Amino acid sequence: MKLYLKIWRQLNTSSKGEMVDYEIDGVTEHMSFLEMLDLLNESLVQLHERVIEFDHDCREGICGQCGIMINGRAHGPLKHTTTCQLHMRSFKDGDTIYIEPFRATAFPVLRDLKIDRTAFDAIIASGGYIGASTGQAPEANSIPISYETVEASFDAAACIGCGACVATCKNSSAALFVGAKITHLALLPQGKIEASKRVLTMVNQMDMEGFGSCTNTEACEAECPQGISVLSIAKMNYEYNKALIFKK
Amino acid sequence: MLDSKIPEGLLADKWNNYKAKAKLVNPANRKKLHVIVVGTGLAGASCAASLAEQGYNVQSFCFQDSARRAHSVAAQGGVNAAKNYKNDGDSIFRMFYDTIKGGDFRSREANVYRLAECSASLIDQSVAQGVPFAREYGGYLNNRSFGGVQVSRTFYARGQTGQQLLLGAYQSLLRQVNTGKVTMHTRHEMLELVLVDGKAKGIIARNLETGALERHAADVVVLATGGYGKVYYLSTLAMGCNSSAIWRAHKKGAYMAGVSWIQFHPTCLPQHGENQSKLTLMSESLRNDGRIWVPKKVGDDRKPNSIPEEERDYYLERRYPAFGNLAPRDISSRAAKERIDAGYGAGPMKNAVYLDFSDAIAAQGKKNIEAKYSNLFAMYEKINGIDAYKEPMLISPAAHFTMGGLWVDYELMTTIPGLFALGEANFSDHGANRLGANSLLQACVDGYYIAPYTIPNYLAGELKTPKISTDHPAFAEAEKSVREQLNRFLESKGTLSADYFHKTIGRLLYEKCGLSRTKENLKEAILDIQSLKASFEKDLLITGDDTLNSELEKAGRIADYIELAELMCHDALQREESCGAHFREEYQTSDGEAVRNDSDFCYVSAWEWKGKKQSPKLHKEQLTFKSVELAVRSYK
Repeated sequence: MKLYLKIWRQLNTSSKGEMVDYEIDGVTEHMSFLEMLDLLNESLVQLHERVIEFDHDCREGICGQCGIMINGRAHGPLKHTTTCQLHMRSFKDGDTIYIEPFRATAFPVLRDLKIDRTAFDAIIASGGYIGASTGQAPEANSIPISYETVEASFDAAACIGCGACVATCKNSSAALFVGAKITHLALLPQGKIEASKRVLTMVNQMDMEGFGSCTNTEACEAECPQGISVLSIAKMNYEYNKALIFKK
Repeated sequence: MLDSKIPEGLLADKWNNYKAKAKLVNPANRKKLHVIVVGTGLAGASCAASLAEQGYNVQSFCFQDSARRAHSVAAQGGVNAAKNYKNDGDSIFRMFYDTIKGGDFRSREANVYRLAECSASLIDQSVAQGVPFAREYGGYLNNRSFGGVQVSRTFYARGQTGQQLLLGAYQSLLRQVNTGKVTMHTRHEMLELVLVDGKAKGIIARNLETGALERHAADVVVLATGGYGKVYYLSTLAMGCNSSAIWRAHKKGAYMAGVSWIQFHPTCLPQHGENQSKLTLMSESLRNDGRIWVPKKVGDDRKPNSIPEEERDYYLERRYPAFGNLAPRDISSRAAKERIDAGYGAGPMKNAVYLDFSDAIAAQGKKNIEAKYSNLFAMYEKINGIDAYKEPMLISPAAHFTMGGLWVDYELMTTIPGLFALGEANFSDHGANRLGANSLLQACVDGYYIAPYTIPNYLAGELKTPKISTDHPAFAEAEKSVREQLNRFLESKGTLSADYFHKTIGRLLYEKCGLSRTKENLKEAILDIQSLKASFEKDLLITGDDTLNSELEKAGRIADYIELAELMCHDALQREESCGAHFREEYQTSDGEAVRNDSDFCYVSAWEWKGKKQSPKLHKEQLTFKSVELAVRSYK
């Protein structure tokens, strides 16, 4: 199939970007979206032009490094699907596709479609862990955890940190990302001890990184490749309020 | 001579004996010592976190935009541990034996035993970190079975075990970033190792956001940079996985061992076209419930569901009745290739076999199958548009894990003093074939349990060595050679892209140094690679400049892959036997099973770089087996 692409080109964080038109032919339905961009880049190399920079790595939907706004939707048209897992059978011959980076104040554009998501790392570093030092721990089966609890914890732990929730939110809120980590750890008995401190520092860090507030539009859940539930935001708010009340 | 530094004592006592005698550094002195860890996968993150907790100053590097994205994240199936929770006959010795047999008796007894010995504590520790391993309804941990073993010792977190273990390690790492003991350098790629007086003392790294070359000095350098299966281009690895860190260390004097021992994973999605960039893996755990078959008739074009039971060949169950669909990976992959090459392949390109869940769904119900594998079935549908609950999956073998890597001794130190290699980047524990769910284990054990003893043991001797500044001439020289190579690439205005060379070397290796090898093919391959190298030097076309430039990054990685590919062929050519993943067609029984040659090849081949114009030099580390008997590896 032949496609008309409008792709965001931007040299660096401080420069002004613009949409640039490209045409690409010979795309097949089995190709992944990123393989289509590979093909385009191959043709740019042949023209001695600078290639379109985009982030990607595992190409199997788990590393969270890819992420592009496709026709205005984070990771494109499919539900629960990362950009790398989107295939060209979702498009048809003659389509025009708008391709832009994830946009948020806390995610500055580095070049073209590449963005800086180190704000997410800063939030995790502020408290998104259980303070168990490595090497030693009690026998694993000494802490039985119910099947339901572990499954619910896993549902939140499955977050891949891609930032689609932020990109799709009109407020650029990171509430789903932070809520997922809070929920993952707060549900587990091992994580309860530090739950109050964790939620206070992580929420504080989230605000400091320049993410917006959550106004419960639930757009994040709709675009999340892992289908993380907005109930994890409610859990975060619950944990946060509880922590504030009992704060010493 | 290669000294593997195996400690004294009985097999079961060696690691304890080592730990009892290892030198320590007192807490006040630890603050004065600096460690560089390259790579933030399970091995790198766990090592960096553990050393930082002890009080060393750690600099951690990764090429991804966050430490959480290292390719350990993609491991699906599980992690092995000799907990014997299932009360089904497991023990440390049993796990040791399975691993050494799985590796076709080409790994060190002492290392493998230590791996099994440390496995149980890893589960304890991961649970403490908050890894949500699967549980039974009573609240206790659940297990499943994996290829090559007859017990259930695999712990898992749905089909995302690697992700969950990595998040545990990543969070421990970032906890240390918060304390200031770890400095993170994301989007940085190590391009050179710096040696001072023969010891590893630093690296040159390129900041991938700005293109700037940076000098970093330390008292010890740890490479935990993963495997090089991506040399085949089409593989289960991430696009950025590369061999550059270990290869550049190799060219500085670190030996590479077991270089051609590459595992082809039997359950991957087959190739469908020329522009494909990736062969996605479907966890081996699927083989617990899926049955593998091909049509009995050559070129059978019917839909799989319309081929009746009696016209299906369940070739693994037929050839290996004791292990059936859970035969080890090398054997399963080779059996698939044998059927495909003989013309029984399925799918539009006739390059695949079926993995069929209909019996399991009938016996257990769709719900139970969904609970175990829903994410894998969903992924299959995303990529192929086929519902595998209704129709068998199409799978085929793909390049996956490198058993080979930098040669290391028992302490995980390479032949360069002060340079350690952890996880898939080293060659140590898997012999000629790795068992499923042992790679997450090895990466974690290296980083959480071994390096925290062996690296301080080395550092204790470095306290009195004068500190090296990055103004040292060795840094200037290393930076200059990196700069010159980058400039050569940027000035390279031929006609062929970096990807072209990567795809070409990959195709060549699949054909001549892949699932099966012959003397003739390997000799040809070496000549082909040499001419590809000449072409790379004059025909490469790189666009863009020396700032953020993914084409420039690729060029360096591919230059290293081409040299590595040649060494792989030398290694495969020299080893005139079939063992594990290394199958030489000349050495097989009349029914196609591998024939190992213990009298002539019971050693590890460690190769020394002798320069661009010379052949590599072979060093041998003899393998001696005292606790197990060398046996023909039968799964029949």
